[in-house]
Amino acid sequence: MTAVRRFEHGSRVPGWDAAVDLEKDPAEIPGVGGSPAPEVPAELRAEIEGHLALYPDRHSAALPALAAAQRLHGWCSPEALEQVACVMRVTPAYLESVATFYDMLETQPVGRHSVYVCTNISCSLRGADALLEAMQRAADAAPDGAAEFNVRGFECLGACDIAPMASVDGVYVGPLSTADVPQLLDDARAGRPVLPEKQLALRPCADPEAGA
Amino acid sequence: MKLLLKGIDEPGLNTLEVYERRGGYQSLRKALAMTPEELLEQLKTSGLRGRGGAGFAMGTKVSFLPKGSMDKFLVCNADESEPGTFKDRELMQKTPHSLIEGIVIASYAAGTGRAYIYIRGEYVLQADILDAALREARAAGYVGEHVLGSEHSVSLVVHRGAGAYICGEETGLLDSLEGKRGNPRLKPPFPAIQGLYQGPTLINNVETLATVPSIVALGGDEYAKLGVETSTGTKVVSISGHVQRPGNYEVELGIPSRELIYGLAGGPPEGRQVKCWFPGGSSSPVLKAEDLDVPYDFNSMAQAGSMLGSGAVIVVDDSTPILEVAMKVAKFYRHESCGKCTPCREGTNWTVKMLERIDAGEATPMDLDIMASVQDHIIGNCLCVLGDAMAMPIGSMIEKFREEFEAHNEAARMRRGRGASPASEGVLAAHGALDA
Repeated sequence: MTAVRRFEHGSRVPGWDAAVDLEKDPAEIPGVGGSPAPEVPAELRAEIEGHLALYPDRHSAALPALAAAQRLHGWCSPEALEQVACVMRVTPAYLESVATFYDMLETQPVGRHSVYVCTNISCSLRGADALLEAMQRAADAAPDGAAEFNVRGFECLGACDIAPMASVDGVYVGPLSTADVPQLLDDARAGRPVLPEKQLALRPCADPEAGA
Repeated sequence: MKLLLKGIDEPGLNTLEVYERRGGYQSLRKALAMTPEELLEQLKTSGLRGRGGAGFAMGTKVSFLPKGSMDKFLVCNADESEPGTFKDRELMQKTPHSLIEGIVIASYAAGTGRAYIYIRGEYVLQADILDAALREARAAGYVGEHVLGSEHSVSLVVHRGAGAYICGEETGLLDSLEGKRGNPRLKPPFPAIQGLYQGPTLINNVETLATVPSIVALGGDEYAKLGVETSTGTKVVSISGHVQRPGNYEVELGIPSRELIYGLAGGPPEGRQVKCWFPGGSSSPVLKAEDLDVPYDFNSMAQAGSMLGSGAVIVVDDSTPILEVAMKVAKFYRHESCGKCTPCREGTNWTVKMLERIDAGEATPMDLDIMASVQDHIIGNCLCVLGDAMAMPIGSMIEKFREEFEAHNEAARMRRGRGASPASEGVLAAHGALDA
């Protein structure tokens, strides 16, 4: 598990040592009541509107909408939040409160390819900690490593049958050894299928009587 | 007997064509020919208990929903996040139509017009497969307005989460589905009375709902003959950790646990012994090798001092220090605590700190007792059971492996080459322990 990010003052809560700016106007919904509307890419707008239509309450679309914006922008940047807020008709602050809660929504810029290494109990019993370390070292050493890879230790990914495993841009692969790391990162970078022979999608059920 | 995993690796089972060829959606036709009351009666007589963790009788849960024409909801909990659990993943990936059929049948019994599948965001492949299956089911008239020409209508949406263990807790899930942070709510009111968008809501696990078509096909009475009296039916068990053949196995409830761990999963690697095992995910109290003959069902596990939980067996062999296991468990719950309730937020944090002290050889003789009392103070004192989910296994480890924790501390202290650490000296002196 990566260490919790902390600010210079030692807390992980930003700005507790700074006074509130009482002169600042309260947050507004972008594009409503005269506040400036950001330029929203048409595809993103269409996708979010599609999600809004599925629920009786528009707030329910927050997670899918933020995920869509993150796919476009790489992370939940202030600009991305502004755009989602404009389409959803909520304040950016509301979306930020949501984004900071969930592990898969990034509130800092991150590398292009997400590599989540499961480090929970079943995987760690089978060597996940060494795998994560090797993955991090290899990503750091790679050219443009920080821009290309977002290597994270992750909580149980629900694939303990292929422990130790990783989710590379959403594709589950395992069981992995440290020897698989260079190939895995190369595949991810090149946009090829990652370690095709180790993908979970192809794995048959373990129960011998299940069969076809 | 296999109900859920039968022929699950048949190519194309995730498509409507193959699923129908194998008799899929016949249960739905049969169910729609009954009245909702008759259907509910079948669910009750089947004795099906929820497969998500709590083991609550499904039929009873359905009957808690008020009658009437208000907006009612059905939510399928597919946020499978309990460490060690991966059964729902395999079911959704390989036989998504079983789940969809189960949801439509259950929504008919409960009178719910809107249904949602809340699937964890990490399951990208499974969510894509569900989306595709849902499109087929809609086109074929199994989902939507007037299902198969009947009076029953139900809409279904696959909703993807974004990575949070707590969203597997039913009220945390509801908040998340409403687009908020996934904080659990105060209960009562229970979701059956006031759940999603304040409406009556039925929440069931994937495996529970995927079992419903089999119950309708067999009839509640026949289904109840499987398994044992208080735990009927079959269960998909996820076995992982130190075993030779980790994976999902479907068994009738009540089989000896040894058969699961040694017979099906092959037991620990050559030359190793079972040190301890979690019978129901990382939040269940650990059992030891001498408990291997306990029957694998809800009540027997409770009598043995643990629980069946989500049906995830994690085996730990004798090569692993118990402190390492405890640390992983405690750190996980610390990370996933939403922070709403003090006992859980602070208790998980302090438990990790105390385990770190033991690891560094800086614990005092009373620390294990303090740690045990921290666990006691978490249990039952929070809005949800996340804190309990750490307190139960950690408490059981302290109880069953106390000597090992003490030896670990002592060995670490010796390695540092000092009699007593600066951290413990003050406490020891205060208790007169240094004079002895």
